[in-house]
This record gives sequence, structure tokens and C-alpha cells, in this order.
Amino acid sequence: MDTLLTLDASPDSVAMPLGRVLGAYLAEARSECLRYLRAPGFMLPITLFPGMFYLVFGVLMAKGEGADASRYLLASYATFGVMSPGLFGFGVSLAMERDGGLLTLKRALPMPPGAYLFGKMLMAMAAAGFVVLLLLALSQLARVALSPGQACALFAIGVLGVLPFCALGMFVGTLIKGQGAPGMLNLIYLPMSFLSGLWFPLPMLPKVLQQVAPLWPSFHLDRLALAAVGMRQDALLPHVLVLLGFTVGFLLLAARRLRRFG
Amino acid sequence: MDMSAMPVAQLRGAVKRYGALTALDGLDLLLRRGELLALLGPNGAGKTTAIGLLLGLHRADAGQVELCGRDPQQLAARRHIGVMLQNATLPPTLRVRELLRLTASYYPYPRVLQESAELAGVGDLLDRPCGKLSGGQQRRVQFALALCGRPRLLFLDEPTVGMDIEARQSLWAAIRRLVGEGCSVLLTTHYLEEAEALADRVCVMARGRTIHEGTVDELRARVAMKRIRCLSTLAPQVVGGWPEVAEARSENGRLHLTTAEAEVVVLRLLQTDAYLRELEVQRAGLAEAFTELTRDAAEASAVQREAA
Repeated sequence: MDTLLTLDASPDSVAMPLGRVLGAYLAEARSECLRYLRAPGFMLPITLFPGMFYLVFGVLMAKGEGADASRYLLASYATFGVMSPGLFGFGVSLAMERDGGLLTLKRALPMPPGAYLFGKMLMAMAAAGFVVLLLLALSQLARVALSPGQACALFAIGVLGVLPFCALGMFVGTLIKGQGAPGMLNLIYLPMSFLSGLWFPLPMLPKVLQQVAPLWPSFHLDRLALAAVGMRQDALLPHVLVLLGFTVGFLLLAARRLRRFG
Repeated sequence: MDMSAMPVAQLRGAVKRYGALTALDGLDLLLRRGELLALLGPNGAGKTTAIGLLLGLHRADAGQVELCGRDPQQLAARRHIGVMLQNATLPPTLRVRELLRLTASYYPYPRVLQESAELAGVGDLLDRPCGKLSGGQQRRVQFALALCGRPRLLFLDEPTVGMDIEARQSLWAAIRRLVGEGCSVLLTTHYLEEAEALADRVCVMARGRTIHEGTVDELRARVAMKRIRCLSTLAPQVVGGWPEVAEARSENGRLHLTTAEAEVVVLRLLQTDAYLRELEVQRAGLAEAFTELTRDAAEASAVQREAA
């Protein structure tokens, strides 16, 4: 009986060729990207707001203050722009898919669990990269002189810097189901941007707020972005470590909640 | 060896509680290779929870859960199954073709896209975004997603809700075809005619337990009883003593009998009671049987509670 069982199981048993497993990851990433590129409700706000703010405050209004103001604000608005694909791309879609039953279906299907997160992550990174490129293009209107190295560094920081916000968005997405998520995320996104000095430079904020600024991940990302465009020379490693810790922490919290409550 | 006797999925004494609510109370369920088992029961009977355990969506609090001989939470176990859940909002901006291709990518040996589409009758919908489909079309697309991985075992949770008669018939035909190819199916449904049309075996659930399990014919046999009603001078105690009469009672002055052999009983009634009037004979349907079964279970548990 045992031999018969194995014989019977062999043609379509467990083994999934590695190529097909990779294929599943790619297919998931591809369809996540397609979904969101086709959803104007997602792409418009995440590109319009940072683009418009930078155009108004960083390009048009900063004319009198010279290229340095434009340069400073390029880093800040890039940080601001990078946060939203992470928070909203991850958080809102997770909350919606938990609510609509799509996540349940996907969990019942043999989807590699990593593929779901990988797909969303790649989508958020692509969107973040797009926002940074848009801001870099706008910065040329204000004649911000950037070396190719600086531009690449800012781009890389944008693409990787979206990850802590993916983790935070994912955690919020596991807390809230459905339509409540965008509101909740805005309550995190906007105050955090303000408190990290993304709208007004930190020295213009009250002392207390300046002191608590290092609590926010966006503060650390902004420091890295400022360094990338040549506005700061402080040590980068602490900021990288804080962001890394933040990412891992929220990822674990979110994964735990997903496993427990689905 | 009889391959058809091998279980592809089973629950043994499965218990699942949600807080104070016991959704499954020691449920046993066995699905054999190549058979279609219909899971019936009123809302809240635990059908969806049972399926959730078999799909690895939840963990049982007690008892055993096996899918293709493995823990359903293992990916390898689920590579043999296809799933159609009651409510899953498909991603609105993805086209049907893209969603089918994505779902097929999860499986080692999926069907080619065209074949899945034709089996489920969605060949003409492939380039439509999912958000623009009608309810019935969405169900058909979900069916296509369920079968695209060439599954050995299909879970169909209320598959024909929201479908018109024609779509339902063609879905039934597709299900029969898959079963013919050796696929096992676990079907939950509210439509008894659906179970009647498709199922090899039927399992009726109430309050997290199985209250009846058997072939469709056995379930029908349980209800092959006929009902006789008449105005008679005979006392129910007397008629109840006749060997062919399963049950006799008097209601509003009318005699109500339940019997498997209506002809014999009617003949005897007419012979014994010259004043018999308003004779009616009715066949009990599957639906009636089902209601009766679940009501019996409810009464039994009420009696148990009183006794306790």
C-alpha cells in the first residue's frame, strides 16, 4: 500500500519546480504593479501632492532664496513623497483585501506567502522611485545643481526608504479593515511629516517638537535624503540603523497579527 | 487496493471555538477520492468553519485536520486544491486574463489559460476588468480560478449564488466533468436541488456536528415517507399501531400519518372507516427532509439541555 501511495503521489506531488516558484513571485509583483498603475485613486495623490508642493514651495516660492532652499526642500519633499506609497500602497490595499475576502482566498490558494508581500513591496518601491524621479525633474526648473552621484543616491534612498513605511502601513492594515484605513493612515502620515520637518525646516518648529523629532522614521529618512543632496555631513549609520530597526519591528508585529487574525 | 476509498481530506473530532461560541463541536468529515460531497445545513451550522479548517485558514482547537494527507497549513498540501469562496472581491482593475494567469502561477502543473476559461465559460470575459463583471460573471471567473491549477480537490462554497439558471446548469455540467476526470469536490450549498443533481454523498450539519451522512438516495429514503391527511373517526393511537404507519397524530381534528407505504395504509383506512373524508396523500421532498432533520437535531439538543 505504501508503494502504491507514493507511486500515485509522484506525478503531481509536492515538488514545484523552482522556476515556477520564482514565476509565482514575479506574477504577483507584476499584477500588483498593474493593479495600482491602473488605479488613478492611488497614483494621482501619491504623485500629485509631493510634486505640487515642491513646485509651489520649492521651485516657485524659493526663487528668491536661491538654489539651496530648493535643494533642501528637494530632500524633504522626496521624503514626504516616498512615505505615501509605502503607507497607502501597503496599508490601504491590505485593509481592503482583508475586508473584501481576497486575502482569505489568496491564503487558501497555494500562493507562496512571501509573494503577496513581495509584490506589494515592489509596487511601493516602483511608485516611490517614480515620485523621486518626478521631483528630480522639477528640481531642474529651480536649477538645483546635482551631480549624477547625488541624484542616484537620492533615488536609491527613495526606493529603499519606502520600506519602513511599508512595514508601518502593513501593521495599520492589519489593525483596521476596509474603508477606515485611509483616514487612519492620513492621521499618521500628515502629522508625522510635519513633525519631522518635511514641510517647514525643523529649526522653525518649537523646541519640544524638535526634540521629539528623532522618534519619527521620516526624520531619519529626511536626514539621509539631505545628506544625499549634499546638505548635511553627519554620520549616516545611526539613521540607517533606526530605519532598519523600525522596519523589522513593524514587520514582525504585522506578521504576528496576520498569522493570528488573518 | 481501492483507490476511491482513500481520503483526500478529512476532519476527525474537529472542535473550533470563537470565544463562547462553539462553531464546530467534534465534527467528523471524510472526503474520498473522486467523489462529490455536499455539505448542507442552515446558516451558522459550521459549514464555512469546517471549510476554513480544511483550507488551513484557521487552526482547530482540538481534533485532526488533514488535506491530501498533510497539514493544510503546508503550502504543499494546498497545491492540490482549487478554491471558490463565498465572497471574495476580485481586484477591480485587473483583467480576467491577468488574474487567471496569476492564479495559475501558484500551481506546479496548471491548465493552459484557454482550457480553464472554456471549462468555466468565461472565454468571452478574458479581457474585461474584474470590476466591470456582473455578480454571476464574477462567480464564473472565481470558478475558473478554482480549477485553473488542475486540482485534485475542489472546494466550492455556495458556487451558484447569484447565477441565472443557464449559468447554473453549465456550471453543474463543468463540475460533473471535473468529477468525471477524478477530481473530488466538497460543495456547500443552500440549494437542495444542487446537491441532488451533483452529489454522491450528502452530509447534513447542524450546530457544528454531522446529523446525517449518506448517499443522496439514503437521504431521500429518509424522506421517502409520504404524508397522509384525512378526517377520520379513527383514533391516532389505533392507526399508530398499524405496522406500516411510522407516526400518527391528530391535529385540529385531522388525522396526520407518516408512512413509507401509502397505498397499503390508504386501503386499510378506507376499509376500516366508512366515513373517511378529505383524503390527501403527499410526498415529502428533500427540502422537507432536510428541514425535519435539522429540526430534529434542534429538538434533541433542547432535550439534552433540559436533561442536563
